[in-house]
Amino acid sequence: MSDPAVRLTGLRKSFGAVDAVTGVDLDIADGEFFAMLGPSGSGKTTVLRMIAGFETPSAGTVELGGVDVTRLAPFERDVNTVFQDYALFPHMNVADNVEYGLRVRRVPRAERRERALAALASVRLEGMERRRPSQLSGGQRQRVALARALVNRPRVLLLDEPLGALDLKLREEMQVELKSIQREVGITFLFVTHDQEEALTMSDRVAVFDRGQIEQVGTPAEVYERPASTFVAGFVGTSNLISGEAAQAVLGREGTFSVRPEKLRLAGLDETVDGTEHSATGTVAEVVYAGPATRFVVELDAGGRLIALQQNLQVSSMDVMGLRGTRVRLVWHRRHEFAIVP
Amino acid sequence: MNTAAPARPAPLRTPRRRLAAFLHRHAGVRLSLLLSAPALWLGLAYLGALAALFVTAFWSTDTFTGDLVRVPTWGNFQDLLTADVYRTIALRSVGVAVAVTLIDLLIAFPMAFAMAKLASPRAQRWLVIAVLTPLWASYLVKAYAWRVMLGSEGLLGWGYGLTATVLTLSYLWLPYMILPIYAGLERLPDSLLEAAGDLGARGWRTFRTVVWPLALPAVIAGSVFTFSLSLGDYITVKIVGGTSQLIGNVVYDNIGAANNLPFAAAVATVPVMIMLVYLAAVRRTGALENL
Repeated sequence: MSDPAVRLTGLRKSFGAVDAVTGVDLDIADGEFFAMLGPSGSGKTTVLRMIAGFETPSAGTVELGGVDVTRLAPFERDVNTVFQDYALFPHMNVADNVEYGLRVRRVPRAERRERALAALASVRLEGMERRRPSQLSGGQRQRVALARALVNRPRVLLLDEPLGALDLKLREEMQVELKSIQREVGITFLFVTHDQEEALTMSDRVAVFDRGQIEQVGTPAEVYERPASTFVAGFVGTSNLISGEAAQAVLGREGTFSVRPEKLRLAGLDETVDGTEHSATGTVAEVVYAGPATRFVVELDAGGRLIALQQNLQVSSMDVMGLRGTRVRLVWHRRHEFAIVP
Repeated sequence: MNTAAPARPAPLRTPRRRLAAFLHRHAGVRLSLLLSAPALWLGLAYLGALAALFVTAFWSTDTFTGDLVRVPTWGNFQDLLTADVYRTIALRSVGVAVAVTLIDLLIAFPMAFAMAKLASPRAQRWLVIAVLTPLWASYLVKAYAWRVMLGSEGLLGWGYGLTATVLTLSYLWLPYMILPIYAGLERLPDSLLEAAGDLGARGWRTFRTVVWPLALPAVIAGSVFTFSLSLGDYITVKIVGGTSQLIGNVVYDNIGAANNLPFAAAVATVPVMIMLVYLAAVRRTGALENL
């Protein structure tokens, strides 16, 4: 069994009186596309910066491929970073930016040129070599930053909110592209994001951060379908919690339970449910039409509220808007409800 | 029932409102009104004085009466170019200005870098205050303080002369070098330094390939201050310079003791020319294009 690409053990970081990271243990396998997901201030970026070597941990170790690099400077580590603001050198053209790491490592000029051109081709930026960063669009700068890091063939590529500054359309394109680039080069990608959709669509595994700690690590499906805590349930998707008296009345059990909105079915009050399903009656309080789907906010008779997401397969906005105020029964399969540790 | 909303009262047509509306519609008028005072100042007080200097430089004085003779002549410039003493003084002045600029740069750059990139925000504030504070003290007091220190009875006791002049001027103009470089480095994103390190560059290479080229416009701004202030100074030279004169002293002596205003004006054009050459050279390096 080979060593993991990245291994974090008991990692902590305090800035003065502020504890940014309060104990992180994590193994990331070679070739994995790994996301660190969390709200701002949850410590995910600090963890990334400790792996890159920009911050020194207050306690714990960072290993890259089985080698302890905790005390090494950034230039001694086999990782490269794509910065949130891209950090392209404004006084160099695109080719010089991409070749920077190779020039530092004394790669001969011809090979340097060749590898830079190949890297630029892999991010679809042929013919841009002579441009200055200021002459590029945001999406193009992002690609140059990616090429500048990838050209060094690092063991791990670190990406700090790589798509944060792009508009929605471009972001969706780059999500697909990043994924295919990663498959092509086979390098471990470790990226930080606060966008749960981005984390779910791109990564092999996700670590959800909150207040300096990892709340849950798992595949996107695990994290989404089986959140380990109320925080994860709320941060990754819509939480839809049933708890307290409502849980007693609807499910006949104590505790807190969650059902994802798209797992709920809107049915008539008189609909009968079989033994594999649960249901709850309530009143539609709000209808939000969103093109392909509609969100119904239902106030439960037993207390609390649930959001149900229905595909607009047959209906139009005219039909669904009229449903506000009607009495409905929400039906879901028992295997889609799960208990969570508060 | 009348459901129509009550009509909004028409805006008052006071003269002030009319004027405001007129200015709002005519951006050109607005701009010229705003710029007229500074343009007047620049045109009359600044360029006008410079023009008067150039004109005066071509006049002469009557040898016997000392009166101004307002007839154009090349005489002053001929004297200036043919007499060895003036060439020596001009070269010495440039040498002093270059030395002061280099010394200030060597001290200011690490200082500015530490202020902008290493100090905590709190320490940064205090350091800026520390750099600014000497500027509040009188120039003369500071120059005399150095005279006392350098004098044979003083703390250093190195005596007066060219070295003393360079030392004192370096001290006096240091803030003018630190502040532009500090501002320039402050604008330099930390992520660029991190990116260089991330790509394998150690400190010196990061400095050489990223920090220095991006800070160069700020360095040049600072050097224009230290260079031109040194080139024009005559008070420090009088206080600690001993017998070695600079251009400024020649100008001063010709205005005062020699009562030869036209010749003083001719001498004063020399530093102006040197500064123009310096700025042209800076422009040619392209360092100002990254501003």
